[in-house]
Amino acid sequence: MNIFFASLLIFLVVCAIAASFTKSLLNSILIFMTYSLVMSIVWVLLESPDLAITEAAVGAGVTTVLFFVTLKKINSIEKNNDDEYMNDEGKEEENDVEENS
Amino acid sequence: MSRRIPESEYKKTVSYKLKSWYDGTKDYFVGELEMKPQKEKTISDEAFKKSEKDAHEIRVRALDVTHNKGVARFSRTYKVFSIVFCVFLVGMLLYGVAALPPFGNADNPVNNEVAQRYIEQGLQETGAVNIVTGMILDYRAFDTLGESHVLFIATCAVLILLRKDNKKKANISDRIYEPKNDAILQVVAKVLVPPIFIFGIYVILCGHLGPGGGFSGGAIIGAGLILYINAFGFAKTERFFTSKTYKIMSIAALGTYALCKSYSFYTGANHIESIIPKGTPGNIISSGLILILNICVGIVVAGTMYTFYVMFRKGDY
Repeated sequence: MNIFFASLLIFLVVCAIAASFTKSLLNSILIFMTYSLVMSIVWVLLESPDLAITEAAVGAGVTTVLFFVTLKKINSIEKNNDDEYMNDEGKEEENDVEENS
Repeated sequence: MSRRIPESEYKKTVSYKLKSWYDGTKDYFVGELEMKPQKEKTISDEAFKKSEKDAHEIRVRALDVTHNKGVARFSRTYKVFSIVFCVFLVGMLLYGVAALPPFGNADNPVNNEVAQRYIEQGLQETGAVNIVTGMILDYRAFDTLGESHVLFIATCAVLILLRKDNKKKANISDRIYEPKNDAILQVVAKVLVPPIFIFGIYVILCGHLGPGGGFSGGAIIGAGLILYINAFGFAKTERFFTSKTYKIMSIAALGTYALCKSYSFYTGANHIESIIPKGTPGNIISSGLILILNICVGIVVAGTMYTFYVMFRKGDY
């Protein structure tokens, strides 16, 4: 086991612990995505490129996007400025009216 | 309407009744069943106030950790038990792992005659250069068929859970679900989406020659579709991909898969020589049915990924 592989494995463990201990759900998802990406490199080093492609596409790509969409659905992604949020909502409603009419 | 029998006779048939019930033109329960509208429930002011007060009291007392001994005790024991349970679980799993034979040992029970046969005769028997694909789509194709069906059922479950049935809400413009024409995202998507699609198609088509296969290629194409929809909105994708397209594509793909595999099971079980040629190993059109099966799995997976995203995002398409 060379140093590169060992460091990747240690990074995996750190990522797994950090993902469960992070307070912010958004950060947790991002750490989970990093975990998947590093895991795909580990699959390549373990000589299974089939799994590496799948892990990169599903684990790091589609699953993360689905998590983001879910967070947005339950209004868990906060905006920094409340006024900005109100403005955005207002614009959206205007757009709706225009397209409906 | 019927052409063979007159109108009055046709109205007595079961099919006419079923059709009119399905269309909603006539409800056969009206007049047959006793139907009464429910009385409207009225609550007196005093009862309402009492229930409000009770609810407030419950909320206050249940969360009052300093005075409520039961809650404090429960939260303390809960913490202790959760830690004990986790430690117990970790210990059990580590004990189980310690009993496994060492990784990569030649005497492991994994290294038996099955793996040997796959490696030695896989190329001749399946015609696939990539032995992994030869295994999952030829020797173990029945398992992969089950996996594809699991994906299809998962999509059905997501459709049942997340689909919006309310027609009024569906008429509201979809703009609120879309990003606001982000210029950077659109330019990046314009550059990236075609290579992603081509790479996905390459991974599917060359599944029997190199690393890849139906599942990974389908996932790549699905990710490309999600990027496209994020950049350009639903209106553009709905020109070529609607729920009808998804239904037709996935059912056709699963049916083709089942047909192809039934043929090879039939020939294999009855010791009949299969008429499908294996071809030269290394060519794209080779290895019998594996290419077709890869394409079927790819279509199902790509459609599933896209449908998941759309259902989570909008609830209808």
